[in-house]
Amino acid sequence: MSSVEFRKDLFADERSDDLKEIGKPTIRQDIRGHVTGRSPYYDDHLFDGLLHMRAVRAPHHHARIRSVDTSAAERMPGVKRVILPRDVPHNINTLLSLISFGRDDEALLQDKKIRYRGEPVAAIVAETERQARDAVAAVKVDYEVLPHVLDVEEAIAPGAPVVNDEYPNNTFDYHDLYDHQKLRFGNVEAAFASADKIVEGSYRMSPIEQAPLETCGAIAAPETNDRYVCYTSTQALFFSLGTTAKLLDMPSSRLHFIGGTVGGGFGGKVDSLHEPLAVLGARLTGAPVKYCFDRAEEMQVGAPRGAELWRIKDAITNDGMITARQFTGFFDSGAYTRLSSYAVVKGTGHLPGPYTIPNVASNVFCVFTNRTPATAMRGFGITGVDFAIERQMDRVAEAARVDPIELRIKNAYRDGDMKAHRRVAKNTALIECCQVAAGKARWQLSHEAATASSLVGGGIGWRAEIPETAIDGVGKIGERRAGNIPAEPAAGTSAGAGQTIAAGTGGESEVAVPPQSDDMLIEPGRTGYRGPSGGNGAERPAAPPSFTPSPSYQPPPSQPSYRQAPSTPTTAPLAAQQQTATPASPAPAAPTYQSERPAYTNPYASSPPSQPQPSAPARHPAPQPTNTPAGTSSGSGSRASSDKPYEPSEPFQRGVKKPGVSRFISGTRRR
Amino acid sequence: MLTVDTYPTLAEAAQNIGPGSRFLGGGTIVMRSVNYGDQSFNRVVRTTDPALKVIRAESSRVTIGVAVRMADVIASSDLDFLMPAARGVGGPAVRNMATVGGNLFAAHPYGDFTTALLALDATVRTSDGREQLLETFLADRDRFAGLVESISVARPMRGDFRFAKVSRVKPKGVSVLSVAAWLPKYSGRMQNARVAFGAMGPTPLRAKAAEQALEGATLDDAGVARALDVACEGLSPADDALASAWYRREVAPVHLKRLLLERG
Amino acid sequence: MAKKPIQFTLNGSETAVFVEGGANLLDVLRRGVGDLTPKHGCSQGTCGTCTVIIDGEPHLSCITLAELAEGRTIETTGGMGRGEVLDPLQTAFMEGFAAQCGYCSPGMLMAAKALLDRNPNPTRDEVVEAISGNLCRCTGYEPIIDAILSVAGRGYGRTA
Repeated sequence: MSSVEFRKDLFADERSDDLKEIGKPTIRQDIRGHVTGRSPYYDDHLFDGLLHMRAVRAPHHHARIRSVDTSAAERMPGVKRVILPRDVPHNINTLLSLISFGRDDEALLQDKKIRYRGEPVAAIVAETERQARDAVAAVKVDYEVLPHVLDVEEAIAPGAPVVNDEYPNNTFDYHDLYDHQKLRFGNVEAAFASADKIVEGSYRMSPIEQAPLETCGAIAAPETNDRYVCYTSTQALFFSLGTTAKLLDMPSSRLHFIGGTVGGGFGGKVDSLHEPLAVLGARLTGAPVKYCFDRAEEMQVGAPRGAELWRIKDAITNDGMITARQFTGFFDSGAYTRLSSYAVVKGTGHLPGPYTIPNVASNVFCVFTNRTPATAMRGFGITGVDFAIERQMDRVAEAARVDPIELRIKNAYRDGDMKAHRRVAKNTALIECCQVAAGKARWQLSHEAATASSLVGGGIGWRAEIPETAIDGVGKIGERRAGNIPAEPAAGTSAGAGQTIAAGTGGESEVAVPPQSDDMLIEPGRTGYRGPSGGNGAERPAAPPSFTPSPSYQPPPSQPSYRQAPSTPTTAPLAAQQQTATPASPAPAAPTYQSERPAYTNPYASSPPSQPQPSAPARHPAPQPTNTPAGTSSGSGSRASSDKPYEPSEPFQRGVKKPGVSRFISGTRRR
Repeated sequence: MLTVDTYPTLAEAAQNIGPGSRFLGGGTIVMRSVNYGDQSFNRVVRTTDPALKVIRAESSRVTIGVAVRMADVIASSDLDFLMPAARGVGGPAVRNMATVGGNLFAAHPYGDFTTALLALDATVRTSDGREQLLETFLADRDRFAGLVESISVARPMRGDFRFAKVSRVKPKGVSVLSVAAWLPKYSGRMQNARVAFGAMGPTPLRAKAAEQALEGATLDDAGVARALDVACEGLSPADDALASAWYRREVAPVHLKRLLLERG
Repeated sequence: MAKKPIQFTLNGSETAVFVEGGANLLDVLRRGVGDLTPKHGCSQGTCGTCTVIIDGEPHLSCITLAELAEGRTIETTGGMGRGEVLDPLQTAFMEGFAAQCGYCSPGMLMAAKALLDRNPNPTRDEVVEAISGNLCRCTGYEPIIDAILSVAGRGYGRTA
């Protein structure tokens, strides 16, 4: 029945095959409720006297609100309450403020200026949905329509309408310094100069609506003990709880949130738009209130996967080896930040895709436009750029006259290779994936490609090393809008300032701030960790011992790295570093990579590939063990000296290290 | 606040319908407006008149009451030539509700069944006893204030009538376009051919230039070539979420060719 | 506000309820009667998750004027199976992984039941056609089609 095929032969020596569940049919634990119609979705709770809320929505992309007249609506039959922006106790928020990323930029109900079509300016609570709809139709809003911008490149041009006043340059501020997220690895300009060929491509993706069958919604009702219960369709219960507490300025202990049964989410139910208004309605009326999108709202207002635009420029050799790859990316965040700022950081960490390329540079922009705010959807931050990368690979294959699958195998990353974000690749399987796909499609591969292996040929020479890296300071906040730098966003991916970072370094964030709250320090006593001394760590050590995330450990959606400043979650090591990098002393040695890559050597070995140890060999300058808890990095000094390449005390290892347990089980789950 | 008034006959319903009211047939169009709080009406009028559910076959034509549902069309041996068009409407549940009369009023991109009727020289009989061509009726549809009683269509010879609906989602999706052709033949050559397109304008439209080009032609590549060249004359497709006007114009002749030459 | 009383048979039980003008059958079943098994997805007849069986035929309850239910016989997923003993279709859906989020399942089951009640031995094409008005965003449909086919030809309706 299933078309899933388990290729246990790959990495068989890493995985024990005594799994009891994986790969075997099983009955979902929740499916009996589904097939009997008894699974309790948020709307499957009956309340006497349930009131219905509808939002008054702006019909324009961009407009100033001159006045709102609700007098007629208030007199309509069944209307219990008209809710205006002034009724929202703390009417400003940004979703990731709960993890201190970004600045508050979005009101629950807008009173000054609407920035996308469908933005709510008021809400009506009435006895029936129909009455609420009739009353919404009776609200008169006087708008002064403003020029709007719906395209990312138009939005960053000087003179474009300012969408989001918190970010007047129409770009999210990265690290309080740049209007984009930077990634620099090696020197792309030098590689372009010596390339056999240059291949360029531009790739554009439209927004995609998650379109869950159950539209987003929530029911809130007064509960005992001065609390409010809230049944919600949310995919992010504690985001919804925290967001509601913040916007309504009430302690979260007064909020009893119940979720978990979601009628399809796919990322579209993380924005916590309904719970705050439903709870506010319940507070203001003292009655149960339901607030849900209808299908038209779900499509127009429900946050989609945002539009993306990617430009990729590759330097290639005549035989199809990619020696440099430069990205310019734009995430269309819509009118507000929501999660797009994070998607950019996440996407940057993914570059240049599953390929080992010695020179990589990227500038990625989170751009504000007058479109519906974008949010999560199934691998957001990655999916769009993967589409762009794979189309680009096809173009490279055409330019180099190399079979497209062979081209991928040729350039694929292999175990032990250094990635552009300065971590060593492991558990790579692109080559095997290509081989299986080619086999299924009866696609002829050369002997060399058919016998290549992810386990062989990686981590050798330049493939394992962090090259000398050209850096620049181009693209500071506001420069682009002021017209002080070329509008061309890729400008300055090379030696704008002529600075470099020495080879073998650059993986370290030199700035790190303490956790925002003492609460975030891990208390060994609470985690059950027993220190080296065997004690249970009852007292909090100044520097908690190493912490191996368990498989169930799940960080907040932004996955802030434990070693980096909260403003640079995931993989932003270089950009953070650039803030403090002193102009490097003259490059200590010739760049460790060669701009002309060595001829592609046949990685095929006649003997069966030997399995490299999970721990990278010591020659790998594996940059960052992530298994250090928060709070240890600030001024800890042990690795602060910048003249010595970083040398970890133990090799990079993430996830679970136990006999018989797959290395594929990661300590963190990806969205 | 909405009221629903039910009358035993169409005549009484017609007397009582007026501004601010909407006639409810199968409900697939009007109930959607009700659910979404359409402020243009606050009264729903309906009738239980059994005469509207009758399918009456005469020698060369068939009369279909407006309350006949798509499922009834599919089940009727008198209307076998319309089965593909009826099956093109919605899924089974919609076909158990949607009526022939309601389809006359379905806004773009809906109204595929009406496209089929249009190619069969349909006439529309209204509650005031007037009878008019469906084509005339559709041209003035937005200003029509009365009620329709029945629709009469020509009964084509077996094999002379063809219908196709083109959608992006399989097996069921909203129309990129639909196309219907009635191709009466006399000694192998077409006479009085009819071609109609759905979703190629605000209402289903006849492709009269293509019809003229088919006059006296044979159904082969050479015979239909001129009709394909002029297939989109007089049509005014719109951009929507399913297809751009440009795309619709590009593919309309392709689908017409497949229909005419039965290369589905 | 004038409400109208209506009576119908719901899953074998005589049911009476007052309805507001213009109320749709889905709202009346869910909030008026308390049968929460049909779900709300679109209120416009597009998604099929509100599908119920009226007099043996599948209908979309969200675009059915509630008063039209007067005197009719209505079946919902709430009436399938008896307690612990599930309907064969429900069992097939469970075993065949024919639901993920589960939100389309009540409508899918009704569409499938309406098919099998009339045609206990449908072809794959007939199954596809029968659920063509029901959207599912999780499964990709194949497990649902397979689950329905696994019940076909086993005398559906005689044992349920």
